[in-house]
Amino acid sequence: MPLRNDFDQLVDVKGGFISREIFVDADIYRQELDKVFTRAWLLVGHESLVPNPGDFYTSRMGEESVILCRDKKGEIHVFLNSCRHRGMKVCRYEQGNTSLFTCPYHSWTYTTDGKLQGVPLHRTLYDGVLDREANSLVSVAKLCNYKGSIWATWDKDAPDFLTYLGDAKIHLDQALDCRDGREGGSEVIGVHKWVFPANWKFAAENFLGDTYHNPSHRSVDLIGIGPSAAAGKKGRRDDELEKAEHVWISFPAGHGVHSAIQPEANEYTESFLDNPILEKYFRHCFEERKRRLGEGARLLPFVGTIFPNTSYHGRQPRGLCAWHPHSPTSTEGWRFFLVDKDAPKEAKEYLRRYYMRYSGPAGMTEQDDMENWLYATAASTGTVARRYPFNYQQSMGAYVTDHPLGGDVSKQVTEQIARGFYRRWTTYMQGGDWHELLGSPAGNRQAAE
Amino acid sequence: MTTTVGDQDRQSATNAAIERSAAYYRLKADVEDFYYHEADLLDDRRFRDWLELLTEDVSYFMPIRRNVKFGQQVARENTKRGEGISWFDEDKWTLTKRVEQILTGVHYAEEPLSRITHMVSNVQIKEARPDIGTARELDVTSRFLVYQNRVEYETYIFVGRRNDTLRLTDTGWKIARREILLEQNILLAKNLTTFF
Repeated sequence: MPLRNDFDQLVDVKGGFISREIFVDADIYRQELDKVFTRAWLLVGHESLVPNPGDFYTSRMGEESVILCRDKKGEIHVFLNSCRHRGMKVCRYEQGNTSLFTCPYHSWTYTTDGKLQGVPLHRTLYDGVLDREANSLVSVAKLCNYKGSIWATWDKDAPDFLTYLGDAKIHLDQALDCRDGREGGSEVIGVHKWVFPANWKFAAENFLGDTYHNPSHRSVDLIGIGPSAAAGKKGRRDDELEKAEHVWISFPAGHGVHSAIQPEANEYTESFLDNPILEKYFRHCFEERKRRLGEGARLLPFVGTIFPNTSYHGRQPRGLCAWHPHSPTSTEGWRFFLVDKDAPKEAKEYLRRYYMRYSGPAGMTEQDDMENWLYATAASTGTVARRYPFNYQQSMGAYVTDHPLGGDVSKQVTEQIARGFYRRWTTYMQGGDWHELLGSPAGNRQAAE
Repeated sequence: MTTTVGDQDRQSATNAAIERSAAYYRLKADVEDFYYHEADLLDDRRFRDWLELLTEDVSYFMPIRRNVKFGQQVARENTKRGEGISWFDEDKWTLTKRVEQILTGVHYAEEPLSRITHMVSNVQIKEARPDIGTARELDVTSRFLVYQNRVEYETYIFVGRRNDTLRLTDTGWKIARREILLEQNILLAKNLTTFF
């Protein structure tokens, strides 16, 4: 049995075995928080949650509470939600507008740009010399507003966000860009937050192009809950990709996507048949997108995970997920639901209803995901179970490395993406430098040896 | 039709709204009986029969409860019916789909079926239309405690309030509008596979 700290043995990418320890062990989990979650870029929120100066939205990075805040000048910040004096959360509201964050404990106050402002009895008890600057709220090292989505990292040496994304960018773009091909322009219409007893990596992996788990959604596919269900179409979404060539891509930084390339003719697939206004609107968006992006419009996103814990659904239902670790066997799921800010009212109304019946803990599709993740975690904690690694041998070697989309591209359902994800996870756990974490050839070689 | 209780802005309707007459208590006993029957249907897993207790135009709503600053509870604590994202904001079509899904036998989040008990209490009629003696439509508030045990060790307890509008039909009372206020912010359950 491999030693718990021998990550190369725990994650055997070449043989296609990954130890269950990394999904259940408390010590490995503590190390993950330190070595993965304080370094990688994490999704914090979306600019539409803080549209005005003074707006804030409390979020999470790893296990810790952070405040996403737009200061008086309109600049966006992300701070650790903890007073520098005794650590009390300075904000326990989810969202709002304020000019100051006042700690309930001893009333230290912080401005919306994180600076310590008020210290009661500053002159008498601190001789008037307490260094306010040095006692500001702890800020993330780097922050990026990428097409409205807000990302941050605690590592000052981390590469900029676009470098971190690498070739996964154009896939994530399609979750963030307007349906008609204009850049950005999305807004969050609501957020689901719930806790489920499973390791966070089950959720991350689910969206890494694990198309293989499709049979677990048989019940919704049988009854039909998609945007054309009332018109008699089965399935949980419109089959926009029925003529497309599917691609599963593992990127060197650990990200993975399942996208699709439409045939050259790239003709509109009928969708949203249950509502004539929507049918017309999405047909229009499709044609506009084709006109705007040309050849590029042939690429359609499906799902993906940006390492380590941000996932997206690119089309139906569209949104971003953050899988916040709670414990080795518990995760807090957040799902940010996205629409085009300027979509017609009817479209927004329809989509929000579709999102609710599909997604999250009350969603007919995703309920079955949570069931799988829970019992896969629970059945892996046992002494005997831990001796037997998970099998990751699917579609070994069935990929090309010279595809124009970059990364390891597979044309068949594959665990190459999961293997790539855990290979990179290993590099983080071994304290690799950023050159290696981005999956430079040296990084790959090291992991493969 | 007059206004309906139900959503958060009307939660604090006073008890004095309706006189506690004999007619009130007779009607309240009917309503309680209706709720006990509803709980039986759900707990006996007679989901299709439960659907029959909903009007065709039913609106079934469970907001997400948010942590807001004092003074903003009424305006901002709960997500709103008809806008944005809630736990449920459903019509009969969707609720029927949920029932059909359970009945496929391969909805793994409810296969094997959970053991569920619905407790209903604190029933009060807040408004009767046109009046208590000849009521055809009622606004009713109540509390619920829903216990769910799943497979072996999974246990969830959902506690909260319900604000209903009931309508009298040829086949008895039916639920025309339901607001379910679960007393949780972050959902402390992996799933919401039951009805409330």
